[in-house]
Amino acid sequence: MNNPASPASPTSPINLADQMKSGLDAPICLTWELTYACNLQCVHCLSSSGRRDPRELTTTEAEAVIDEMARMQVFYVNIGGGEPTIRPDFWHLVDYAVERGVGVKFSTNGSRIDAVVARRLSESDYIDVQISIDGADAETHDSIRGEGSFDTAITAMENLRDAGFNDFKISVVMTRHNIDQLDEFAALAERYRAQLRLTRFRPAGRGAETWHELHPSSDQQVELYHWLLDRPDVLTGDSFFHLSALGEPLPGLNLCGAGRVVCLIDPVGDVYACPFVLHSDYRAGNVRDPGGFASIWRQSDLFAEMRQPQSAGACATCGQFDACQGGCMAAKFFTGIALDGPDPECVKGLGEDLIAAKSDQSDRSGQPATPASGPDHSRPTPVKLGARRSA
Amino acid sequence: MKFDADSAYRLHPKVAIRPEPFGALAYHYDNRRLNFLRSPELVAIIESLRDHDSVRHAFRAAGIDSRRWPAFETALASLAESEVLVPA
Repeated sequence: MNNPASPASPTSPINLADQMKSGLDAPICLTWELTYACNLQCVHCLSSSGRRDPRELTTTEAEAVIDEMARMQVFYVNIGGGEPTIRPDFWHLVDYAVERGVGVKFSTNGSRIDAVVARRLSESDYIDVQISIDGADAETHDSIRGEGSFDTAITAMENLRDAGFNDFKISVVMTRHNIDQLDEFAALAERYRAQLRLTRFRPAGRGAETWHELHPSSDQQVELYHWLLDRPDVLTGDSFFHLSALGEPLPGLNLCGAGRVVCLIDPVGDVYACPFVLHSDYRAGNVRDPGGFASIWRQSDLFAEMRQPQSAGACATCGQFDACQGGCMAAKFFTGIALDGPDPECVKGLGEDLIAAKSDQSDRSGQPATPASGPDHSRPTPVKLGARRSA
Repeated sequence: MKFDADSAYRLHPKVAIRPEPFGALAYHYDNRRLNFLRSPELVAIIESLRDHDSVRHAFRAAGIDSRRWPAFETALASLAESEVLVPA
């Protein structure tokens, strides 16, 4: 959703944001996490990846999902994981999608992007690559993503540049430790002829445990907001719309797209309304169910509900509500804030106050203040034993 | 290049169009940008461009009132700017 700027309406003007809110025939931004397997264990991993889940979609099932995307005219799918290139059928599935008119953008830590792969990737106009970097130097990056991972990512970027792959993405999750490196990230992107993409740290997966110490401070948020306003070409996936409450809106649709323009398919085929809330409350179904993905997107009760006008709740009386729309659902959900409450990083500080109050309450009652994220896939899968009967 | 409504235009071969209730979405695989086509009428015009040797002939064939042409031309000029449409 790089450029929601659109031609002037030749007929009666419509409000595009309202149109997006009530949903589209197919998602604009469809994230597909192909595997929970990963060679890294990043401290902010949204899907707590590590090991493959034995229930992951088979190659045939994955092909069927792609067939369905092609029928729905999904323009492109964002493949992630885990580290998606670890799946032995990854390159086959990429080809399978491209041959059917579904473009692929995949996120990778770069470990499999050698010179040969980079050359192959650069030959297709329907493939885009996103390399994850979380620091502009090895120390900052490796503290999030593990020792040696910065060098791996840089090698991948060199390979892509040398193969002539222009405008691949360098994707950075903004943390307390890398916001002062914004200019260095921009310089890195220029050096490798890439486009910079900055996204928000969400308190999901393993990120739920590290968010409190790693999310940007309020001063840093203000710095980021002004930096982004000056650089409309930097991509953000619209993830900082809560900062629009600081003044002039940031470029983009500035609304929560969950279930309206975005959704996620996880490695076992579960479909979630928001790519950052892998939690049963936001699971709409499974692609293996009768009717598949299309019927979940078009008919599931959860998605229908999310396309209804949402209550502004506690934020209704705030003059900035139109700008920030109450912020990010995922950020609220995993910090224990009601969905009609303020964003935990509300620029007016209303979220911080609520989290502090919640935490006090939780200390007194012994009840957890926040919903639990899904299982951590970096640990062995617990085997469920059937109930034993005594003979 | 300046948009010229007396010339012929075509949809860029790397652009895919998907109908939506409000009109359509157009995705450009070269610059990876998404464009909103804000009315079904506009979508129909864009799809008919291939059959006409000028944009205005396409308007006339579609029976669009000439008072509305400037608004359509603005919309199409913007799409030419983002290379969704290219000179034929």
